[in-house]
Amino acid sequence: MDLLEYQGKSLFARIGVPVPDGRAATTAEEARDAARELGGTVVVKAQVQVGGRGKAGGIKLAETPDEAYERAEKILGMDIKGHTVHRVWIERASKIKAEYYASFTLDRSAKKHLGMISAKGGVEIEQVAATEPDAVVKVHIDPVMGLPNWLATEMVYRAKLDPGAARGAIALLKKLYQAFVEFDCDLVEVNPMILTEDGEVMALDAKVTLDENGFFRHKDFPAFAKEHVIPPVERMAKERGLNFIKLDGDVGIIGNGAGLVMSTLDVVSLVGGKAANFLDVGGGAGADTITNALEVLMEDASVKIVLINIFGGITRCDLVAQGVLEAFERLDLPWPIVVRLDGTNAEEGRKILGRVQSDKLVPAATMREAAEKAVQLAGGEVG
Amino acid sequence: MAIIIDESTKVVVQGLTGKEGQFHALRNRDYGTNVVAGTRPGKGGEEVSGIPIFDTVSQAVEATGANTSLIFVPPPFAADAVLEAAAAGVDVIVCITEGIPAQDEAKVFNYLKETMPDTMLIGPNCPGLISPGKSNVGIMPDSITAPGNIGVVSRSGTLTYQAVHELTTHGLGQTTCIGIGGDPVPGTTFIDVLALFQEDPDTKGIVMIGEIGGDAEEQAAEFIREHVTKPVAAYIAGVTAPKGKKMGHAGAIISGSKGTAAAKMEALQAVGVTVLDDPTMIGVAMKELLGS
Repeated sequence: MDLLEYQGKSLFARIGVPVPDGRAATTAEEARDAARELGGTVVVKAQVQVGGRGKAGGIKLAETPDEAYERAEKILGMDIKGHTVHRVWIERASKIKAEYYASFTLDRSAKKHLGMISAKGGVEIEQVAATEPDAVVKVHIDPVMGLPNWLATEMVYRAKLDPGAARGAIALLKKLYQAFVEFDCDLVEVNPMILTEDGEVMALDAKVTLDENGFFRHKDFPAFAKEHVIPPVERMAKERGLNFIKLDGDVGIIGNGAGLVMSTLDVVSLVGGKAANFLDVGGGAGADTITNALEVLMEDASVKIVLINIFGGITRCDLVAQGVLEAFERLDLPWPIVVRLDGTNAEEGRKILGRVQSDKLVPAATMREAAEKAVQLAGGEVG
Repeated sequence: MAIIIDESTKVVVQGLTGKEGQFHALRNRDYGTNVVAGTRPGKGGEEVSGIPIFDTVSQAVEATGANTSLIFVPPPFAADAVLEAAAAGVDVIVCITEGIPAQDEAKVFNYLKETMPDTMLIGPNCPGLISPGKSNVGIMPDSITAPGNIGVVSRSGTLTYQAVHELTTHGLGQTTCIGIGGDPVPGTTFIDVLALFQEDPDTKGIVMIGEIGGDAEEQAAEFIREHVTKPVAAYIAGVTAPKGKKMGHAGAIISGSKGTAAAKMEALQAVGVTVLDDPTMIGVAMKELLGS
């Protein structure tokens, strides 16, 4: 889960990564109050889960509380790359002497943690890494050992930061790594990490991606999602425990197992169609899981046809078929459903499907055939 | 022959008293797998359908000679369960559990590599493995498999079933089918398994199922170029997956320009692997490759 900047900073503050003082606001009035409390010049920053806020006009300086009000009024409601701004972060302005970059993530290839630091901050770091590879210092960290002091020191000195920033930067790196591990993050990134004119090193931005698998250790983390803007269909799927991703085609896809569902999207595309979504009902789906999934797709207006692709292992095809049968009886399904069943209890499943009294049910023998039928019924040309 | 598990495999099931653990342990035993023990702290001395339960894995190993562990322990305790099995001295650990934090996985992987390099961890978040006719350790449906000479290795559970089903219906049985799991840091990689299939005299052809995310397939391609002489057919899922979205598996995500299906397919094609764009063509393709 990607956190908003201010949520990431709240986690940093908990563990002692230095961040500028600030307040969140959802109205211009709150922004004015926040600026008054903080005193002096503040920065008003749009809180959206997308980069490029500055360029879009989502980050503005304000010298007085009234100016903070005006800035917030303009930024709230603004659309940044398809994300509406519902919240701003008011932060005490920092006097910046230099901008750096620091991050920790998992390097899957090396199976170790990867720490990165660069004296060139505040810009697209991937671009810097591509054009000037020497400008980005990368080190691998053994997850068993953690980040030792000498390695944090080496990172900072190899990156050639201003000499005055060294001590603060080493301390910040160590705290940042601690946050990365203790909060079960996939990524912590600070861009820019700044040296202030007073010689302090601080995280001026915070990009934090949490590993939701670690939430059992952090009971308060799911609450972060409440402040994220999620489309209603996705929220509905989440509430029903379904693994759902919205895509931009018109063939609704339901299947069991991430690999098989992904593969179904590919085969639909291969025969000339485009998937409207990815919906994995997981292992051991019962009849109600299937009707639940169909109800979710009923809320998605872009769906023209649904393809159910099941290869039963733990999942039993007869239960899946039962779910389809119930859906036809109970729901007013707006579209046809192509169903392909294989694996555990497939024969029984096909028999149950035979009891469906509707020409909207289209059985298919293979994944390929199912994809072709679905694409045809969606009105597309089968390629 | 089979790799990793066979008739001599003696399995201890960690979490056998749980609903899933019990269901699959008994299913595995019905298939002929030597399930010799289960563990659950506090339930030592009890039994489940004739299988003795121990409080700890080391007690189970001592009493029964178990050499393989199968783990059905919930995510908060699963990493610890892997370490317990390793400390008890089993050779192979198969972890089915899905949803283990990546930080735990990375720690366990490196710890095992540093202190117990001979212990093999398969998974987590995997369906386990089956050597048809000999032993089934995990959750794979055995009815779609058949003994034969194809080795199957996959990052996805359901796609393993799909691939095996295609092989079997085309008359191609399997030496061993292994799901290595869809997480960011699996204990066993494609390379580990490819090396074993290459060495196994009974394995005549190899099927490899990959997916988006990471660069395990690209690393495997390098290894195939250097070390694999047997025909390999591959399928990579996620050609149409969008960037930055986790496609179900924690490890199936395209980050930046890394981890795309296209790059993986290209790398495999470049080293002579037959790359398919449709998983239902695996049986046909393998038949052709073997000239049968």
